[in-house]
Amino acid sequence: MNYVLDFSVVFEKMPDLLMAALATIGLALTGMSLALVIGVIGVAARTSSIRPLRTAVIAFVEVVRNTPFLVQIFFIFFALPMMGIRLNPTITAIIALGLNGGAYAIEIIRGGVDNIQKGQVEAGLALGLHKTQVFRLIVLKPALRAIYPSLTSQFIMLTLTTSVCTSIAAYELTSVAQIIESDTFRSFEVYFAITLMYLVISWMMMGLFALISRHFFSYPVR
Amino acid sequence: MGAIGQNEILFLAQGLKWTLLLSIIGFVGGGVFGLGIALARTSERSALRKTAAGYISVFQGTPLLMQLFVVYYGIALLGVSIEAWMAVAIAFTLHASAFLGEIWRGGIQAIPKGQTEAANALGLHYLSRMKDVVLPQAFKVSLPATIGFLVQLIKGTSLAAIVGFIELARAGQIVSNQTYRPLLIFGIVGAIYFTICWPLSLYGARLENRMAKAAR
Repeated sequence: MNYVLDFSVVFEKMPDLLMAALATIGLALTGMSLALVIGVIGVAARTSSIRPLRTAVIAFVEVVRNTPFLVQIFFIFFALPMMGIRLNPTITAIIALGLNGGAYAIEIIRGGVDNIQKGQVEAGLALGLHKTQVFRLIVLKPALRAIYPSLTSQFIMLTLTTSVCTSIAAYELTSVAQIIESDTFRSFEVYFAITLMYLVISWMMMGLFALISRHFFSYPVR
Repeated sequence: MGAIGQNEILFLAQGLKWTLLLSIIGFVGGGVFGLGIALARTSERSALRKTAAGYISVFQGTPLLMQLFVVYYGIALLGVSIEAWMAVAIAFTLHASAFLGEIWRGGIQAIPKGQTEAANALGLHYLSRMKDVVLPQAFKVSLPATIGFLVQLIKGTSLAAIVGFIELARAGQIVSNQTYRPLLIFGIVGAIYFTICWPLSLYGARLENRMAKAAR
């Protein structure tokens, strides 16, 4: 074989790639925020007294968790225009990421809420804490602390999943890399380089999540 | 709009065959290599442990799609000519080995140290200590997570579509382009994935519940 690896194309296109990497981070962060909102609303609906609402949430969670993201994003991509909604691919990608991440968030948050013991709330009230203080300090914070590891690792997965949004030509790292690849035919070099960029992005996110955790959740439990 | 006839259904069935084959190859191959990764990750030699940890963190920190691209084009660069399905299968095997290795590492470390010490005291050497004492218990503990990953892997094989390999998702895309009925086709494709994955998910959740109750 006489193929010579040539990474110069990667360096030439570095400004484009860095911009695209920023877009990927933006896509991931907006997707996470939407997923969190859907997660909280979903848990409220999942624990409501209205039965059809509960069933609908369970069905949503099961369908999303048992079908590929690629099929979901295609479905949304084609379904929205049929309902008369025209959005650009990047917005469509955010919606798909938010719905997908939201389904996982519902399951994770529900687990955290289920684990709060009633006695703790009663103890807080007996100690003379205000209702909002009880909610903030005894319900919310420990629940967040309990679900934090699984929620953040799900968010890392969501960040990596943004690469699939290239299939509807959303603006992010993989789609930009595919354009560069088809211009230069340096497939391996380009994909190898952006794989490293993804690795750096996910390590940065993990570092950020660890910092947040150390700031908010480092207190003795027992 | 085109009609959905026998040909379209057959084409999707062909795609389904490849989805199942890729999942099985990835899971079995990943299981074999994953066992090696789990053993290296829990070995007494720090060099082995660190190498395995690095391998796992690279595969867990990069998108599956990139792993497919890099392996797919990387093999082509090596000058070996293999068929597309083999290149994709190798990528899934590597991916699965990292994730299964990490799941089983957790299982191995969850087994109380006393078990290993007892096996040592009985004079069992490493191989039989692992094979007869630690691993059977570790696999049992990690079964729910292993099934969870199998579901992930089956869904993940859909990404082979982006590399251009015709499995279920790509077959759906092609049929959808021919018939102009994307919602119906992707609905059917989604339902097929769901029919495969949901029973597995339910089984995994049931096992997990049963174990949680037993542990209480």
